[in-house]
Amino acid sequence: MGITGSLSRLLLVCLLLWPAMATAQVDDSEAQQLLTALAESSFAEKKTVVNRIAGSGDERARTWLEAFAANKLARIESTGQFVIVLSNRGRNWDVESATTGESLGEISRRDIDTIRVNNSLRNELESILSVIDLKSPDENSRLTAARALKGNVDDGLAQQLPDLIEAETASDVQLALTEALAIYRVEEQGDASAVAVLSGSLNSEARAALQNAARSDDPALAAAANKALESIEQKLKLNRAAETLYFGLSLGSVLVLAAIGLAITFGVMGVINMAHGELIMLGAYTTWGMQQLLPGQPGLALVLSIPAGFLVAALAGIAIERTVIQHLKGRPLETLLATFGVSLILQQLVRTVISPLNRTVITPDWMSGSVMINEALSLTLNRMYVIGFALVVFAGLMLIMRKTRLGLEVRAVTQNRAMARSMGIKATKVDILTFGLGSGVAGLAGVALSQITNVGPNLGQNYIIDSFMVVVFGGVGNLWGTLLAGLSLGTINQLLEPWAGAVLAKILVLVFIILFIQKRPRGLFPQKGRAAEG
Amino acid sequence: MWLTRPLQERSTQVFLGVLFAALVVVSALHLFMPEDSALYVSSYTVTLLGKYLCYALLAVAVDLVWGYLGILSLGHGAFFALGGYAMGMYLMRQIGDRGTYGDPILPDFMVFLNWQELPWYWHGFDMAWFAFIMVLLAPGLLALVFGFLAFRSRVTGVYLSIITQALTFALMLAFFRNEMGFGGNNGLTDFKDILGFDLRTDATRLGLFIATGIALAVGYVICRGIVTSKLGRVSVACRDAEARTRFLGYRVERVQLFVFVVSAMLAGVAGALYVPQVGIINPSEFSPLFSIEIVVWVALGGRATLYGAVIGAILVNYAKTVFTGIMPDAWLFALGGLFVLVTVFLPKGIAGLLQKRRKAETTEPTPAQEATA
Repeated sequence: MGITGSLSRLLLVCLLLWPAMATAQVDDSEAQQLLTALAESSFAEKKTVVNRIAGSGDERARTWLEAFAANKLARIESTGQFVIVLSNRGRNWDVESATTGESLGEISRRDIDTIRVNNSLRNELESILSVIDLKSPDENSRLTAARALKGNVDDGLAQQLPDLIEAETASDVQLALTEALAIYRVEEQGDASAVAVLSGSLNSEARAALQNAARSDDPALAAAANKALESIEQKLKLNRAAETLYFGLSLGSVLVLAAIGLAITFGVMGVINMAHGELIMLGAYTTWGMQQLLPGQPGLALVLSIPAGFLVAALAGIAIERTVIQHLKGRPLETLLATFGVSLILQQLVRTVISPLNRTVITPDWMSGSVMINEALSLTLNRMYVIGFALVVFAGLMLIMRKTRLGLEVRAVTQNRAMARSMGIKATKVDILTFGLGSGVAGLAGVALSQITNVGPNLGQNYIIDSFMVVVFGGVGNLWGTLLAGLSLGTINQLLEPWAGAVLAKILVLVFIILFIQKRPRGLFPQKGRAAEG
Repeated sequence: MWLTRPLQERSTQVFLGVLFAALVVVSALHLFMPEDSALYVSSYTVTLLGKYLCYALLAVAVDLVWGYLGILSLGHGAFFALGGYAMGMYLMRQIGDRGTYGDPILPDFMVFLNWQELPWYWHGFDMAWFAFIMVLLAPGLLALVFGFLAFRSRVTGVYLSIITQALTFALMLAFFRNEMGFGGNNGLTDFKDILGFDLRTDATRLGLFIATGIALAVGYVICRGIVTSKLGRVSVACRDAEARTRFLGYRVERVQLFVFVVSAMLAGVAGALYVPQVGIINPSEFSPLFSIEIVVWVALGGRATLYGAVIGAILVNYAKTVFTGIMPDAWLFALGGLFVLVTVFLPKGIAGLLQKRRKAETTEPTPAQEATA
């Protein structure tokens, strides 16, 4: 049954597409003939000629009709050749042959005779063009055309649509066409039976049609439309929730990225590095610098900046550790002040050397745009990459801390420095490597941030307080806590934003954390045992 | 009496003597010198010095909690700004119908925002006594609530520093909002007079300068009184060994709360005196950068000395005035460098240097002393 069913469907499609398949391209004399007919007939007759061109199934037909509608189809008086005008500025116009598509260079505009078109013809052409698109062999262009039809169906097209729907093989194109037809029926004919098709549709045109219908005098239609609208509302709510969650996760993963390096230096080593934000900034500026070095290849530059940003920030971090932090061991408050001084110096350095103004970092093509889940929900790609990147970085750090020799040594030195040293671990070396690792991760955060926010001297300052909040909220010394804290704070912030506004939402989150710390002074996942002392 | 005891101390006498001498000399030079003389102190300089004295009082307040209680507050700018806003609201109401829009009740920015009536929290600020009480009460209350919550759950050390910073950051964001009713971004400004005296006259400026000097003296004596009392000893004990003090039976959180609230009120007074001299209060006073700057004044001057805080505040701010005048770009380099150098090479600040020299003069240094220094 399955096979015969699909076979018969295939047969039907073949039959319907017969003319298009048989003559994918009419020969040039016929093309010339059709175009001549178009040029020489009266407006009333032109309509039939247009239909003949559309019906010819020639793959150039679309180009011709499009040019015709835009007043760009023309005939050269001296040769009788048909051309498409590419640019009609100045004395000589740039044209290409309508039949072969080869460029004919510039031709004096006196020699060019544009084929005239009027408004009613133009309207006709619109639906004829969309029918041509709907018959295109490429499924994607059919889908785009079908989606564009919603709310734009006219009487002529409405008559052809049932056949087209019947002939359509791709189910999503079919769905879009059915919806387009239903919108037409609800809007123009007040057809209550078509309402059922639209119930659950997320298309804004469909919703507008239903809203109009809900106000209509026909009680049956109004009731049906209201019911359909309700189900749409439900679906929209769900989509909005999904969108908020997505934004929350993306903001959260930014927080995680910014804070995870801090979770290493502050959480594991116990060093308060107020210059952490500036290390993030260095990572972002590395991306910018890379793109300056490789002009025209933003994608490659971005990929290269991942290791480069890590290295730059790690080296800067190690320099800070060697020159300042190691002299202040065991004096956390002094460390805080000194590294704050370092952060001021780094900020001013960037302002003086590069510029106090924001720099533009280009987003490569493969990162821009968005993924459309349905008509009410589309997810921007760059944020999706950031979420993925944050998770990868987190997993990498987790691996290093749990599975490598370095991770083992770091944990040993953190828990009992003297004992670790007496076991032969070089504590100073471990300090340098750990601090370099934490700082390098800050650089990675900077690379990611350069894709979603402005790169300027204040970039780091904007994230430092948030980062500390995330680490403290999650529990110092616990990477899982940082991940959970970052994601949940991001989501809470986004949940509050619609009714509180961006600034108030941020204030509320800060107040929430301050109160939370009172309740659980050691964060979500407090350290236990001896490591918790101090 | 705990307040009179410090007056018998040598160090307090010296401090008060120097402070009053400075007040008298500056006033005399301003009033009796001809304007073209090299020794003449202009009213601009008087106001500038008054500003430094406000900062000095603020630094003393920070030194009280940091030096003697071991709490590094990165949010004292918030208390300073709250005191400043209380004063600013009084000064705003004093403008009356002399504002640009001429509304007898509503300040200009409210008229601009199309507000119809005064928000409830603006009532009473037309009376000086009420405003002056609020200068103490607003920061004091915030410190009381915040401190009560924090100390009760034993939030200390770095954690406390970070949440005080979050506190001032949250307040800054809040005060930036127009809906809060404190003038948003622009803050409160265009003041006309205080207690009936025109703010733009030289005499009022000199008066404010002297008032600030007296406030600094009183604040210094209060802090000195606290740290030399039994309470002060307990608070030093909390700083050095909090758990041990608690086990000895002292109510550590009450001591911390008391000292913290006193310090916040002193900061509020400093803010209140600062606003009429500078002529504006806006949310940037809440910025975490300002709060952390105060800490570096204290660190430079020397913690747990009080007079060191005064020296540090005046020195750093004088340097800031000079630097931002001649090469504004270099100021942040200098400030950042100061943070690093002071913490790494000068942990006891200038006061530490002075003490070391005095000790070296009186006794030959023993090897043990050198090792600890």
